[in-house]
Amino acid sequence: MIAIKNINPPPATPHPHSRLGSREDFRTIGEAVVANPKIRCRHVDVFYGPKQAIFDVSLDIGNKEVIAMIGPSGCGKSTFLRCLNRMNDTIEGCRVSGDITLDGQNIYDEKQDVVPLRAQVGIVFQKPNPFPKSIWDNVAYGPKIHGLAETKSELEGIVETSLQKAGLWEEVKDRLHQPGTGLSGGQQQRLCIARTIAVSPEVILMDEPCSALDPIATAKIEDLIDELRTQYSIAIVTHSMQQAARVSQRTAYFHLGYLIEVGQTQQIFTTPRHRLTEDYITGRFG
Amino acid sequence: MRPTTLFFIILALSGAAYQLGQRRAWNVGKSLGGLKNLHSRPAYYGLLAALWCAIPALIVFAAWQAFETRIITGLVVAALPESVQSLPESRLGLVVNDIRNLVAGNIVSGQIDPAMRQAADRYRSLQAASHAALAVIVLCLGCAGAYAVRRNITLTLKARNHVERVITWGLVLCSTLAIFTTIGIVLSVLYESIRFFKAVPATEFLFGLKWSPQMAIRADQVGSSGAFGAVPVFAGTALISTIAMLVAVPIGLMSAIYLSEYAGRRFRAVAKPLIEILAGIPTVVYGYFAALTVAPVIRRTGSLAGLDVSSESALAAGLVMGVMIIPFVSSLSDDVINAVPQALRDGAYGLGATKSETIRQVVIPAALPGIVGGVLLAVSRAIGETMIVVMAAGLAANLTVNPLQAVTTVTVQIVTLLIGDQEFDSPKTLAAFALGLLLFVVTLILNLIALHVVRTYREQYE
Ligand SMILES: Nc1ncnc2c1ncn2[C@@H]1O[C@H](COP(=O)(O)OP(=O)(O)O)[C@@H](O)[C@H]1O
Ligand SMILES: [Mg+2]
Repeated sequence: MIAIKNINPPPATPHPHSRLGSREDFRTIGEAVVANPKIRCRHVDVFYGPKQAIFDVSLDIGNKEVIAMIGPSGCGKSTFLRCLNRMNDTIEGCRVSGDITLDGQNIYDEKQDVVPLRAQVGIVFQKPNPFPKSIWDNVAYGPKIHGLAETKSELEGIVETSLQKAGLWEEVKDRLHQPGTGLSGGQQQRLCIARTIAVSPEVILMDEPCSALDPIATAKIEDLIDELRTQYSIAIVTHSMQQAARVSQRTAYFHLGYLIEVGQTQQIFTTPRHRLTEDYITGRFG
Repeated sequence: MRPTTLFFIILALSGAAYQLGQRRAWNVGKSLGGLKNLHSRPAYYGLLAALWCAIPALIVFAAWQAFETRIITGLVVAALPESVQSLPESRLGLVVNDIRNLVAGNIVSGQIDPAMRQAADRYRSLQAASHAALAVIVLCLGCAGAYAVRRNITLTLKARNHVERVITWGLVLCSTLAIFTTIGIVLSVLYESIRFFKAVPATEFLFGLKWSPQMAIRADQVGSSGAFGAVPVFAGTALISTIAMLVAVPIGLMSAIYLSEYAGRRFRAVAKPLIEILAGIPTVVYGYFAALTVAPVIRRTGSLAGLDVSSESALAAGLVMGVMIIPFVSSLSDDVINAVPQALRDGAYGLGATKSETIRQVVIPAALPGIVGGVLLAVSRAIGETMIVVMAAGLAANLTVNPLQAVTTVTVQIVTLLIGDQEFDSPKTLAAFALGLLLFVVTLILNLIALHVVRTYREQYE
């Protein structure tokens, strides 16, 4: 890590102390492209003001697959994830260029409205962030603003199925009208997942959803991800390689804003092809 | 020695004690194998010595100052001739005053009663003796304290713990001081109010519908009895405050929302201080503005619409007061809205909520306790405001809900009651205290309600 610290942008000639250095080393290797992708990203650059955070990333997210994004902190995983439902729009000075399409539709198109986009591509954040409202209101909020339920009983149905899918129903069905912020951390995170599911998204983005949770709560969320895979495409950022190995089918390794390697999860963790990937998964830096 | 000089000498002495204690601790530590063997850092030993030097001395000093005058006066009076001593209390007070004036050299007229002169001399010599005694006692105490600490400095003296304890007590003292001051204020108002309620029954004051506190100066004057019904006055306060809040809350809240959620950083940096300037304009200036600009406009507009508007109206005062308290609402709301975590907004945006939905349904509810606090501060400001009302709403205690008429408020009446040539214990003057007491109770209740609202809200959502 120390040896390759200041290569942003990478120098043209190899650094004397570095095995890496030419631009070639940051070209993505592996299968970034899949047939019939749900989301297709091509040549995505992201800038925060003058500073570039993502460099020319091309990556597909397949239908009904879990793709894990790993890499040292600060390498741009969150930034990339937030491009996929235009959450970066809310950050002042953030600029995204390149093509990102959802079902063939460019989501950065002038005509694209972010409201339905974010209903289609939901997001779960690192820190559980339930609204300071009741459990019921937390889940019902999305369906209400999108007008998904015409009657009260329909809304009740959505709330119940969402909580059931998130594996929270049994724990909270007797206290739906108590504040969501009164739940434990793991329950709060599952509440946030239920809240996201309630607007029937097609893709769910998760940004380190377990990093604030204890091992038991983490295991619950991982089981949940496994179940959700049958209905949703899921992109999950994680700093735990074991987690990536457990829940994902494909894994993408990011480094300093570059997508270094993509491949089947098993292949990435057993026979990484790129030196940086190998260094990371063998714990040489991180 | 003059008491002030003595005071500074005590302080200097305690400074010296600090040096002494520190140096001593240093030496003790060094001679017994290094400073690290001392229980506390040398400065703590210095502080302990300084405190032991200053605190007992200052306590004696303060007590002495508190009782000195009374004791000396007692001694002087006891030595006065029988004839003077047997005077009634109020006359005796005058004599004592004369003696004090003589001592201070304020009486320069030629002929002075020899008895008085003698008393003055006695007073003077007693005072000198007292000062000298005080100086000796206090300085001895100070030195003794410092010396005692110095003697006890050993490796195991827990100077840090002692100093920390003294600091804790100092903090306790300061906080209780504020509480006792409040209690004192309430008691003094209560005391005067009870005197008022002896003259005017409380029920008449609380439920009477007529306010006209004109008491006759002589008993045989016509219209010798005033009317002390506080209802119209409080209704006036309520009316004007309501108008002011109707102006300030929406405008203040909206501007806070714009500033914190929509405005760019640069606009915010300019606009926020500008709005806050509104709070810095003297209320007298607002008063001019209300009386000379707003009131005529309202009257003209009213007469165009065929309404009867008096030249001093609750509306003019309320509107201007509302403008004045906009910054209270906007500034505080802006702060609490900014304090709402970005994660909550992200949560709403992530579900596809629009900006205004996010603000209305997530940000504002989360910020509500703070907003309620800001609004309450604004309400108490409105209730307490006097100057604008004097200038723009008049003094007539009309019982009305028509904002186009002149009304008066509690604070304005308190001011007018206390100005004038009434005796201090007349019901008219005492009524001011009763009004003050009632106002205090009302604002207290408002605050309690608000506290309750905020707390239940918090309980629900934390
Ligand atoms: N809001 C922001 N403004 C400016 N720079 C940012 C912002 N968010 C992230 N960055 C920068 O972009 C880079 C990638 O950050 P991030 O996507 O959060 O990394 P990761 O999630 O992989 O830890 C980092 O260098 C970070 O400092
Ligand atoms: Mg991150």
